[in-house]
Amino acid sequence: MTETLKLNVDRRDGLAVIYTEGYINNQGGEEIARAAYDLIGSGYRSLLLNLSGTKIVNSIGISILIEIIEKMLELEGRLAFCNLTPTIEKTFHIMGLAQYAGIYPDESAAVQAFN
Amino acid sequence: MRENPVLREVTLTLPMAPDMEVAASKTATALAEFMRMSPEKVDEVRLAVVEACINAFEHSHSRDRRVRITFAVIGAPEPEKLEITVQDAGVGFNRRHVEEPNIVEKIRSTNKRGWGLKIIEGLMDEVEIDSGRNGTTVVMRKRR
Repeated sequence: MTETLKLNVDRRDGLAVIYTEGYINNQGGEEIARAAYDLIGSGYRSLLLNLSGTKIVNSIGISILIEIIEKMLELEGRLAFCNLTPTIEKTFHIMGLAQYAGIYPDESAAVQAFN
Repeated sequence: MRENPVLREVTLTLPMAPDMEVAASKTATALAEFMRMSPEKVDEVRLAVVEACINAFEHSHSRDRRVRITFAVIGAPEPEKLEITVQDAGVGFNRRHVEEPNIVEKIRSTNKRGWGLKIIEGLMDEVEIDSGRNGTTVVMRKRR
């Protein structure tokens, strides 16, 4: 029954993009956190989460994303999201995440905002 | 109180085990699609069911470690709304003792959890919660 989350990371000059594919639950959230903290450890302070391959994120997964946002705030870095389904975007707005993380319709809009 | 007949009803009894909420979400998706809800509404129903199941799994402390979910397609002659009832036989809770989560506080708090009810209420049209010593029943409705 477990739907394992797949991640791909694209390390660019000054910006890293994490691509997700699958269900973001507690395990999925932890996978993303591991990747994010690894990137932070490598010096990245701008992270973009591209959720184009994710159709559902549960509240446990989102609470782990909030931990990453907190870490980025501490480091005066930036975390943003792009390619969210309408329901994931609505959920992020219900929770107020947009106050702390940018939400963009697609990757090019997000990259432009980082620049 | 249901005003219209039930066109289709499905009941699931799920063990409180990791990722069992996904099984419930698949049934919710099938019925919402049967009703020809928009893809956005289907997704909203699906996530609300996931959150209701997770709440039962994590907070009910039910001895039988099971959650019973009834999906009812209501309307006549066409489907009008989907009613989903999530029941556990746990210890119950007092809604007045559940603090509403706030992102400004959560972002600095060690406890970043506690969003389930807020998400459910934000995604569904109607939500009713009945909770006591014999368990908790959450009834959620979404219009087509």
